[in-house]
Amino acid sequence: MQRKPSEIAPYNLPTTDALGHPEMSSAAAAQPPRNHSLIEHSSTQEHHHHAHTPASRHAGGHHLLQVEGLNIGFTLYESSRRQGDDRQSAAAGKGDDGLGQSAGAGRAQHVGQDSKAGQAPFFAAQAFLRARQNLVPVIHDLHVSVHAGEIVAIVGASGSGKTLLADAIMGMFEPNATVKGRIWFDGEEQDARSLAQLRGNGISLVPQSINHLDPLMKVGKQVQGFAKKAPIAGKMRENRAKRLPMREQDLSAPGHSQSLSGRGTRKERVRKQQELFARYGLTPKVAQQYPFELSGGMARRVLLCCALMDNPRVIIADEPTPGLDLELARLALADFRDFANAGGGVLLITHDIELALQVADRVAVFNDGTVVEETAVAHFASPVTLKHPFSRALWHALPEHDFAVCEAVDKSALLPFDGDAPC
Amino acid sequence: MLEASDLSFAYNAQRPIFAGLDLALGRDERVALAAPSGAGKSTLSKLLAGYLQPTSGTVLLGGKPLPKRGVSPVQMIWQHPELAVDPRMRLQDTLAEAGTVTPELRERLGIRDAWLSRYPHELSGGELQRFCIARALATQPRYLIADEITTMLDAVTQAVIWQVLLQELHERGIGLVFVSHSRALTKRLATRVEVLGI
Repeated sequence: MQRKPSEIAPYNLPTTDALGHPEMSSAAAAQPPRNHSLIEHSSTQEHHHHAHTPASRHAGGHHLLQVEGLNIGFTLYESSRRQGDDRQSAAAGKGDDGLGQSAGAGRAQHVGQDSKAGQAPFFAAQAFLRARQNLVPVIHDLHVSVHAGEIVAIVGASGSGKTLLADAIMGMFEPNATVKGRIWFDGEEQDARSLAQLRGNGISLVPQSINHLDPLMKVGKQVQGFAKKAPIAGKMRENRAKRLPMREQDLSAPGHSQSLSGRGTRKERVRKQQELFARYGLTPKVAQQYPFELSGGMARRVLLCCALMDNPRVIIADEPTPGLDLELARLALADFRDFANAGGGVLLITHDIELALQVADRVAVFNDGTVVEETAVAHFASPVTLKHPFSRALWHALPEHDFAVCEAVDKSALLPFDGDAPC
Repeated sequence: MLEASDLSFAYNAQRPIFAGLDLALGRDERVALAAPSGAGKSTLSKLLAGYLQPTSGTVLLGGKPLPKRGVSPVQMIWQHPELAVDPRMRLQDTLAEAGTVTPELRERLGIRDAWLSRYPHELSGGELQRFCIARALATQPRYLIADEITTMLDAVTQAVIWQVLLQELHERGIGLVFVSHSRALTKRLATRVEVLGI
């Protein structure tokens, strides 16, 4: 295993990944045919691991956004690795099921030895040369899809890779990440480069952390962004001209060639930013402030405005509501609903299940780096209609319901709790 | 008894956060602080835990002011665990700040041995919060102040953390003051709800 630069994110190389780990590529073998957009979908049919809801639409016979067989792993140095351990870690890395668990077990062993052996051998020259990196899988074999006109909520355990999924769809990768799988946007299969181009030009992100704002730029300017024409590849421009929804379509008509990217002129953008600020109760004064002058809730609203600025087709909202009081959170979610009703798609990553259920059409339950169940919101009314044990555990854990911890869920926290186990 | 009497506090002398506030709780109580954003819930938490000194009024524990030196018998757990631990210390060292943390307590909180030699950025928020709770409990506090400690966590982790905490509070006879925006959670946990507001 030799270290290579890993800026390549090989969506378009399904057979091998950047580091040549064969174990990560096996999920790519069972892929659906490439021309997914040609497959007919009827509205009641169950396919791609989910059932449809009345709001689900296949505009143009395909999903608006579809992720299939996504695998994300990180190349990490393992501390105090010795030759004898290599065999174990190879074993830990094999097999598609329970990758995360077995790798975790392998790591636990190393740490155990670490405490015995201490740190000293690491600094000896020979041990240093033997320092190994290995691939720690985080997301494995993930399938999720967003139809036109619907909100898909992603709920699940913290630390299970929800934000990583958002990053992968946005084409943003950590330098040591290995990403494999296939992503379709509007029926077209994407690779890393085209995903990067779609960023802000079709797919917008509401990031989780307010650290995503530029600390040295006034927030009004940040939300407006640049009015200049965005660099769009020929194929995509054609694609966009054909399919752009809503307001953008007018702009891409002849005579508006400058606005072909859909970004609008500076004046339009300033006006749009002011409209959005007014809508979310941000005074015009806020536009002249820097991020450090904002409260958490205000910064959150600014991030929301950023995403809505570019008339996206798909919004990935990563925890958009913490820090907002209930009224503002509802307003934000209602806006996502309106956006979806107008033909867009929303992937709503959240912990606030109660709030998510109010606006979402379907819920994808995330656990241990994969979607364990994609189901209609109505199924969350009772644990009986939920298929996967983790979904049921999530239901029981809500303070509105049992506030109970099911042992099957979190093996690391075996808790003696009173009464009968509810699940 | 943890008593705050006639408590006033102002970051800016012109705009006091609150004035003349009284709050008292015993070691068998779990008091929820309810108020809209900006009403001073977190500020009150910091006053009760001795992180801030009140402009006027007193915070008394068993009739005496909080000790100025040594480990405080009133421990606070913060909303953002990643800001409450030293990013350059391995978590075993962070835990050691509180003295000895028994393996039993670690096990109950679901802290894996493998996490001990990691740095904070290598763990998720829920995992880090368990360390913060273990650290607070290991000092044998008489009162705990919990400021939105599970807001950023998923429902299962939230339930895990509160189940353990409730049990520990009950067994050790620790009083709790907590802040939460979730009505359902407040209803679950609180023996009494105190509404702030002038």
